Amino acid sequence: MDFLSLLQILDSTVRLSTPLLLAALAGLYSERSGVFDIGLEGKMLGGAFAAAAAAVIFGNPWIALLFALLTSLGLGVVHAFASITVKGNQIVSGVAINFIAAGLTALLGQSWFGQGGRTPQIGQEARFNPVELPGSEALSGIPLLGPIYRDLISGHNVIVYFAFLMVPATWWVIFRTRFGLRLRAVGENPAAVDTAGINVVWARYRAVMICGLLCGFAGAYLSIGLSAGFVQNMTAGKGFIALAALIFAKWRPLNAMWACLLFGFLDAVAIRLQGVPLPLVGAVPVQFIQALPYILTVVLLAGFIGKAVPPKAGGVPYTKER
Amino acid sequence: MKHQLPKWVDYGLIPLLNLITAFLVAGLVVLLVGENPLEAAYLLVRGAFGYGGGIGYTLFYATNFIFTGLSVAVAIHCGLFNIGSEGQAYVGGIGVAAACLALDHYVPWYVTFPFAVLGAAAFGAAWAFIPAWLQAKRGSHVVITTIMFNFIASALMIYLLVEVFKPAGSMAPETRTFESGGQLPKLDWLFELFGTSLGGAPFNISFLLALLACWAVWLLIWRTRLGYEIRTTGINPTAAVYAGIPQVRTIVIAMLISGALAGMMGLNPIMGDQYRLQESFPAGAGFVGIAVSLMGRNHPVGIIFAAILFGMLWQGGAELAFDMPKISRDMIVVIQGLVILFAGALEHMYRPALAGFFNRRDHRTDSSAVPGTGEAG
Repeated sequence: MDFLSLLQILDSTVRLSTPLLLAALAGLYSERSGVFDIGLEGKMLGGAFAAAAAAVIFGNPWIALLFALLTSLGLGVVHAFASITVKGNQIVSGVAINFIAAGLTALLGQSWFGQGGRTPQIGQEARFNPVELPGSEALSGIPLLGPIYRDLISGHNVIVYFAFLMVPATWWVIFRTRFGLRLRAVGENPAAVDTAGINVVWARYRAVMICGLLCGFAGAYLSIGLSAGFVQNMTAGKGFIALAALIFAKWRPLNAMWACLLFGFLDAVAIRLQGVPLPLVGAVPVQFIQALPYILTVVLLAGFIGKAVPPKAGGVPYTKER
Repeated sequence: MKHQLPKWVDYGLIPLLNLITAFLVAGLVVLLVGENPLEAAYLLVRGAFGYGGGIGYTLFYATNFIFTGLSVAVAIHCGLFNIGSEGQAYVGGIGVAAACLALDHYVPWYVTFPFAVLGAAAFGAAWAFIPAWLQAKRGSHVVITTIMFNFIASALMIYLLVEVFKPAGSMAPETRTFESGGQLPKLDWLFELFGTSLGGAPFNISFLLALLACWAVWLLIWRTRLGYEIRTTGINPTAAVYAGIPQVRTIVIAMLISGALAGMMGLNPIMGDQYRLQESFPAGAGFVGIAVSLMGRNHPVGIIFAAILFGMLWQGGAELAFDMPKISRDMIVVIQGLVILFAGALEHMYRPALAGFFNRRDHRTDSSAVPGTGEAG
């Protein structure tokens, strides 16, 4: 493998891990606050559809993004209402949201656009297009670093940069602000936080709403960043890979980035490795590489490589003592 | 003190209110698409129950959901949320296909059938084993591991269908079609008893097996020592350990039974309808099982009714999509999601209000009640 094709693989790794990263960070806020979320997939899908539909109608990527955020936020609020206010089962609520999003996007897509659940092709002007970072051409003459800067770091769309900026931002919010401290505390010991006079319900609501917003970014990236339109079930399990990455990262932002890059890398090489014999193991079936993120997560959960300990109060609705 | 609602409210009124809310919201979706919800409801019910073939299909789908619903319910009784029924059903298909492919040339269906049942149960249970063992031994959350196993199952099955089961020269990822030794008989005689005809519906004897499984699950959960241990572990694991109930064993066995029931779902579409193992044949039935178990209050009788309700949605929804071009089959998925949301996650939405209502009524009738103790829980 030469340097250029390696760069190409790494470039698609960045593209493919961006939606995973956004969704994983989304899940991080929610789960750190004690609300499990297996509805990342559904929120992303809803966001992707809303972005594509709005892009078709308004022809502007920013308005499209706004619709994606609102849709995903709306689904997030439903999840928050079910799991915080009504104290329902958080897993069941997530399953429901995935179903509703999958059904509704396909149904509305078919009824509005009549193309078998797709949206029409979206033109350049209504999408997020690659951004050339300053000096990428001028510096490309520098050996090694030049091409890396031009091909790998420059030339992605805004949402990619936003996603990777969200990693340190999330770290800072979660571990260095009062809001983050309280968010983590309601996920570990809500009763103690309540005693300190902090509103547990509101803290969790905010966390779940941030989760909704970030899933909206992930969805918009899929339909008007990575591709040019919505197709039925276009998330295709990415929400669950993001969930796997979040667990793999032990609910830490920086680890989540590495996990998403790893899973994105597996995705990027899966096609190239089809039928190519590898040293020691021979040809690996492409299905095995596709299943690898899930297998790795199970191995991690089994506690054979480190231990993934979820937030202590995760999945448990908080009931104020009377 | 938590106010106890009358049983008929808990098991009758609340599920009914939840269901009505779900269908009202579904009606709004129909309005949004620009069709008449009442007419849609009429078409749906007519498609599901209006003629012999429709009822046949409704019960055919219900058979799938009884198996997966029981699968989810057994795990829930043990305090485990098995959302891996989908994957377990998928992998269970290997057992059905293996039995049929091996025997269908030589013996009639009733010899193949027991082997297929065992195969389905064994493969389904095997797929549940690792999540079960990890939950029991290492405390890995069964919800997450079973989600992961659903995806691993789908990768594994595509690999097997393409590389192992696909006959040479064929393009589709599926096995060859079984001979008559791998085909279950239809239940047309049952329909003729009622003076109607099955039409082309694939309603077959695995429905009877599903009813048998309901009875067996009832017996297991409420009439055996193992069932008692499962329920105790589910309600209070600490007390169960204190009472000397082996926790690891109980969790693993409950999950194996759950996986076996999910695996048996494969008999219905594979041996009873398509006569071959196809890519992603469970088609979401494992997830519907969650809704069925929730609505049926984890009781076999409730599960039968809930399974028929969802069978109605699948069959009636297909006909609805045919009659109303603006509504696609995806409407079924939406309704399913709404039912899971309102009957499952928002199950307690009406409870405080109802508790308040019954509480006030009790105060009027029972003057000895102490005020202020009936706070809704």
